[in-house]
Amino acid sequence: MIGSIANRTLLQPKSLADALKMLRDEGPLTPLAGCTDLYVALNFGTLKDVRFLNLWGLERLRPIGIRAGMLAIGALATYTDLIRSPVVRKRLPMLVAAAREVGGVQIQNRGTIGGNVVNASPAGDTLPVLAAADAVVVLQSAGGVRRIPFNAFYTGYRQTVRRSDEIVVALEIAPIRGRQYFRKVGTRAAQAISKVVMAGVAGTPPRIALGSVAPTVIRAAQTEAAIAGGASLEAAQRILADELSPIDDMRSTAEYRRRVAVNLLAQFVLGR
Amino acid sequence: MIRADLLQRSRLEGLQGSKSADRVPAFVPSDNRLMTRSRRLNAVGRNVLRKEGIEKVTGTVRYIDDLSFPGMLHARTIRSTIPAGEIVGIRLNFDTDGFTIVDHRDIPGRNVVALIEDDQPSLAARAVRHVAEPILLLAHPDRDVLRSADVEIEYRQTPPQYDAGTSPAIFKTIAIDKGDVEAGFRAADVIVDGDYRTGHQEQLYIETNGVIAVPDPAGADHGITVYGSMQCPYYVHRALKILLGLPDEKVRVVQTETGGGFGGKEEYPSMIAGHAALLAWKSGRPVKLVYDRVEDMLATTKRHPGVIRHRTGVTRDGRLTAMDIDVLLDGGAYATLSAVVLSRGVLHATGPYGCDHVRIRGRVTMTNTPPNGAFRGFGAPQTQFATEVHIDRIADRLGIDPVRIREVNALRPGDTTATGQRLGADTSALQVLREAVKRTGFKRRRRQLSRGLTPGSDPSRTRPLRGIGLSLIFHGSGFTGGGEVKLASRASLALTERGARILVASTEIGQGTRTMHAQIVAETLGIPYDAVEVNAADTGVVPDSGPTVASRTCMIVGRILQRCAEEMKARLGRMTPKQYLRAHGPLMITKEYERPAEMRWDDAMYRGDAYGTYGWACDVVELEIDRDTWEVKPVMFTSVHEIGRPIHPLLARGQIEGGSAQGLGYALLEEVVMRDGRMANAQLTNYIIPTTLDTPPMDIVMLGIPYPHGPFGAKGVGEMPIDGPAPAVVNALRHAGIDLREIPATPERVMRGEVSSFES
Repeated sequence: MIGSIANRTLLQPKSLADALKMLRDEGPLTPLAGCTDLYVALNFGTLKDVRFLNLWGLERLRPIGIRAGMLAIGALATYTDLIRSPVVRKRLPMLVAAAREVGGVQIQNRGTIGGNVVNASPAGDTLPVLAAADAVVVLQSAGGVRRIPFNAFYTGYRQTVRRSDEIVVALEIAPIRGRQYFRKVGTRAAQAISKVVMAGVAGTPPRIALGSVAPTVIRAAQTEAAIAGGASLEAAQRILADELSPIDDMRSTAEYRRRVAVNLLAQFVLGR
Repeated sequence: MIRADLLQRSRLEGLQGSKSADRVPAFVPSDNRLMTRSRRLNAVGRNVLRKEGIEKVTGTVRYIDDLSFPGMLHARTIRSTIPAGEIVGIRLNFDTDGFTIVDHRDIPGRNVVALIEDDQPSLAARAVRHVAEPILLLAHPDRDVLRSADVEIEYRQTPPQYDAGTSPAIFKTIAIDKGDVEAGFRAADVIVDGDYRTGHQEQLYIETNGVIAVPDPAGADHGITVYGSMQCPYYVHRALKILLGLPDEKVRVVQTETGGGFGGKEEYPSMIAGHAALLAWKSGRPVKLVYDRVEDMLATTKRHPGVIRHRTGVTRDGRLTAMDIDVLLDGGAYATLSAVVLSRGVLHATGPYGCDHVRIRGRVTMTNTPPNGAFRGFGAPQTQFATEVHIDRIADRLGIDPVRIREVNALRPGDTTATGQRLGADTSALQVLREAVKRTGFKRRRRQLSRGLTPGSDPSRTRPLRGIGLSLIFHGSGFTGGGEVKLASRASLALTERGARILVASTEIGQGTRTMHAQIVAETLGIPYDAVEVNAADTGVVPDSGPTVASRTCMIVGRILQRCAEEMKARLGRMTPKQYLRAHGPLMITKEYERPAEMRWDDAMYRGDAYGTYGWACDVVELEIDRDTWEVKPVMFTSVHEIGRPIHPLLARGQIEGGSAQGLGYALLEEVVMRDGRMANAQLTNYIIPTTLDTPPMDIVMLGIPYPHGPFGAKGVGEMPIDGPAPAVVNALRHAGIDLREIPATPERVMRGEVSSFES
């Protein structure tokens, strides 16, 4: 069942500029870095792409720091980098919590936040955090840079606004006020894919994002508005249940996902 | 009988760790502390070093995929993508140059995987009965070129049968009757019914199935050798002879170091070995066939799903008056070992309880899903899950304590089982129950938790729900009924300059076969453990000791070895091995299984001594349930096992811990999602087994009540630990208010169980 690598090509850029040129002139290319999702597809025999661009060595895309008051996370920052970063711990503890729940140590050492974003799985563990944090996705091509709000980045199941000549180079997050919440409900205690994953910021208005309950990660806008408008918890829970569109799949059921999401909302609101 | 040149050959090929002999790892204690300890003359009952332990922990052991032969080809299996129908056409959409291609027409002997029924083809000729059925074999020197080869198969599909209950194709039925069940129901104060369901389970050995077939240099009378990861070299040997049409001596099977089996390498290696052999036969070159994880999960056997119905008569004080039990197993597409799995299932269906009036009806039927087969426990986990959950429900109905109902009905020495077997002095159901209840403070803890569960005790619902439950189980050691007599297993012991060499077909698959056998021999001969060597399980050298299954390797094969050693000791008299060899030349003792004189079995009536003896165990699980996510977390697991005298207490404990963890996975996590006859979650990402974080602390106790016919009083241990966790978990869930009759108890099912138990 393992896919063949015989007819696949890997391009090896020396710099970001080099990579962007390859994307423009030699595309279509699938950028790769940690390969933690790619190998699953290769081993399962479902990897369709044949030409790849290796970003892993582009160290400039790795640093995490503060730029113009914004937390700027390089796309190649690994989960381990996120867990160890003092600024991420200070500003975005819910991202550290999410990074800790991804795979095991080996996966955390290889998997990158940029990869999690571009892979566009509705179950990506860091995505609700970025959605609740109103992150900005920084895209770069040979033609220049553009910034897209994270919450406008996904257009459908595994679909994004990224053009084929662009790569995600960074994520920017403005300072956040209010208690942060993260909870992943996976298939077991560790090394699991999310069945429901939720991040929240208890500000005014509150910000609530969920994964694995719709074709993309979503912000629960109506629920947020209801809470901001003083709705009771029970009313907010009913609104959230209607706002989600979970499905039955091999990991869980739509009913379970909806009911757990509603319960997590209570945890978030009650500060449990 | 044993040819010196063959012995030489197995050693030269060095499949059993010659690497480490060349290069002793640096951290072996230099003060010889370990060596000195093992030189003391009592081996049994001590935690000696494993025979292959150092090679395993230092990573020098070579598994099948680490081995290579000059000119070797790699192989790939082309499998069906439909559950039922016929093959209409096959198109090879690749340049076949450099490929060896085999289909059913290339089979020199019979196109069967020889086992019990011989109904399963090695390669489908026309009919397809399940997804992932092998159709075509490809071999090529380059693994990646092999993977890129595209084969298109056209089918005519027929409607598949997925429901074992309505399937008209029955592999086997078994009836057990004791007393008069209708009279038993008339004597009952209360009758309790219950239906219970268990799912598939994947064995998930760490090392996937794999073999290498090496043809002898071409000649008029050439033969073939197959190396591989397996439990039963002689099963493979027989299957290859029939597939290739070769006589005994032209087929040799050598087990390589094996990374786990759990039953998954009992019968399946006969299939994969046949495939590699066919390609080797056609190409004249060595052929390696190693499955990747996805293929291994899609194509190989699983535990049989079961539906078990109980109707039980009971008096008000909890005495069982009638047990009417219906067992249905889903066999999958071919018979494999289903008949025997059903047999062990029905023979354990009453659980460890005495009842004068019993009726058991078992059947295993065909469905268009990949064949189910051997898995640790072999039918008993399914049937005892049902019994143990049912017994708790009966106790609830009567308003008596779950310990009390078990005390009243537990089998005692001198009692008879459903087949009329009169039990011996080593019948320990009550001892294990009482010990487990005492250690866990079960009754007090249950009352404490019950108070916490009363409405209003936790108005904010912030604390997780907690429950505690137990299960009482038994497990027969060795083959069922007349199986051991039919097998007539043999074991040999050869005298060496230093001591002795064991020659058995029993395989080391991680459970400690070599170590435990060497302890038995060393103890009997009165020589150091280190003076006993263990030969590779190589059919060219070792006698047929029967398969490494059925919790028989210690109790049955170990006992034969003990008898070999007793005779060797008598022959040696006062001589050292060296002196004896100089005076008399080589000495090899071979003994055959001897039935304990009092054992009787009638296979036609299913009456008599179903097993030589039984192990007994009681598991207690305390767990908590997250109120928001319905995730179940076992927080403490206690298991009291009575397995006779453990030969190597640490390895025995390892068997109990590992089997219990696997049983907790069966109870809570492991779910094979079948869609259109295909396992949809055939990846480690989505087939969920417990990690260390999912496994609770374990308190393991072994009570040693010696079995007179086992070596040094030992019984079997390998399978029993997987029988108890699932019912203990489900009983603990019921204690916490979640009424489930089905495993795995995933959070999704627990959620629905909570709804139904609170609404009804």
